[in-house]
Amino acid sequence: MTRPVAVIGTGQTKYVSRRDDKNVPEIVREAGLRALADAGLKPSDVDAVVIGSAPEIFEGVNYPEDWIAPALGMCPGPVMRVHTGGTVGAATGIAGFYHVASGAYDTVLAVAYQKLSDGVPQYGLSACYDPLWDRDFACGAPALVGLQSRQYLDRHAPAVTEEHGAMVAVKNRRNALLNPYAQIRREITVADVMSSPPVAEPLKLLDCCPTSDGAAAMVIASEQTARKKCPRPAWFSGVGTCSESPYVPHVDMAYPESCVRAAQQAYQMAWIYEPARELDVAEVYEAFSFQELIWCEALGLCRPGEGGKLIESGRSDLDGALPVNTSGGVLSSNPIGASAMIRQVEAAMQVMGRAGEHQVDGVHRALAHSWGGAIQFSTVTIFSDEI
Amino acid sequence: MLETAKPSGGDIVKSVTGTLDIKYRFSYGERYDRFFREMRDNKRIMGIACPKCGAVLLPPRPYCGFCYTPVDEWVELSDEGALLTYTVVHLPFIGQPTEPPYIYAFIMLDGADVQFPHILGEIEAADVRSGMRVKAVWAEERKGTLHDIKYFRPV
Repeated sequence: MTRPVAVIGTGQTKYVSRRDDKNVPEIVREAGLRALADAGLKPSDVDAVVIGSAPEIFEGVNYPEDWIAPALGMCPGPVMRVHTGGTVGAATGIAGFYHVASGAYDTVLAVAYQKLSDGVPQYGLSACYDPLWDRDFACGAPALVGLQSRQYLDRHAPAVTEEHGAMVAVKNRRNALLNPYAQIRREITVADVMSSPPVAEPLKLLDCCPTSDGAAAMVIASEQTARKKCPRPAWFSGVGTCSESPYVPHVDMAYPESCVRAAQQAYQMAWIYEPARELDVAEVYEAFSFQELIWCEALGLCRPGEGGKLIESGRSDLDGALPVNTSGGVLSSNPIGASAMIRQVEAAMQVMGRAGEHQVDGVHRALAHSWGGAIQFSTVTIFSDEI
Repeated sequence: MLETAKPSGGDIVKSVTGTLDIKYRFSYGERYDRFFREMRDNKRIMGIACPKCGAVLLPPRPYCGFCYTPVDEWVELSDEGALLTYTVVHLPFIGQPTEPPYIYAFIMLDGADVQFPHILGEIEAADVRSGMRVKAVWAEERKGTLHDIKYFRPV
């Protein structure tokens, strides 16, 4: 088994559609220094840096780690870059956990970023598809998630409807009003979502995430450093990662196996038997509204087919029994490479009691989930207030 | 690669426009080579069967993604099947070969265990239903790509 490891500081930049005052390394440095300040550390206290970013095609700069490492004072020093599609931000946090859990390093800075305004995001996303197979028909992320959402709606109709997706969009944008880092901070209604223009049906504009510039960072430390520096660390109590292929026989996008397996792995490690009861908050990677319902089902936060009932009941509201996406979620901010780490940052902040206006009372255990690729990568991270 | 600096606002230079203009040459490899030759020359869609788990796979590949068994048994599939799921794409972006709106679909061809990605034609978006039967409409001129099928139409 691994040794105890905790998040002892987090940092984020304000997520915006276009940031003109800073370039990529400067944005990453901003988040990194904020995380170090939150942990009460200086750059020289860091033993290693893990960097996560999505495909280079987004910013048009290859080998970005060479660009970023000096900005974090890690030159020379141990630097590793992680890339696992949309899950990269969470995989970066998990890689930071492995760095410390292994005993190789004591204090690690994990950073993830994206500056989508520098390029053409949907063009970049479309290049993720096989050029000989599905690239010419797919259209960035919305087309694939349109297929997924349709499969989910058809499977569970009439228990799940398009209005249930709209309710997720309304809830998460409402939560974002309390998060100063969120990009979209605007109250909307179910009618607004339903009447917004179609993007990839059944997805409408307000069912979709924005594109953002921004970075997130976490300071990950050993038990000794955590106890010294942080009154209430967020301990890594379970991690799970799983990869599958979009072209396995009878792939089920409405109940993705990689998500189910990543959750099982994390729950087993964290000794969680009834996730819906034992977790206090969950941050899931809902780049599109229906995905929040799909992930909640696959993560065991409700039963399969009961996603509609979950959002209707108010149980996943900020003041519900199991609040989901207290930060406002990906629907409110989406710097792709950082988005999965933002889920971990929010879950860790909830455990640490540092989530400000969107803090939920009495959080002992928080879940962070992410998906990436053609719905083929999944990660689950559980943070706890005790080892 | 960089064009002349164009200040994007204020009195300081904030960004400059540049391009990475690369023409790629995507390799087919031995499985795609056979698959697309069959489409081009014989209007046939071929799957590849796993001897261990029995799954008939698309796209054809040298191993089964399910049980990692090497696979080499080619199977002719029907050019007809059932609609697994679909989406009406409205979002345009640079380089898109099909002009939106179009109906992107996952089709489970008869005899296959993995979906085939393509677009639908000869049908209004409002009339599409998951599970409906569709059939390939082949292109007159075929070049060994998925565009050798123009689209799938309702049966």
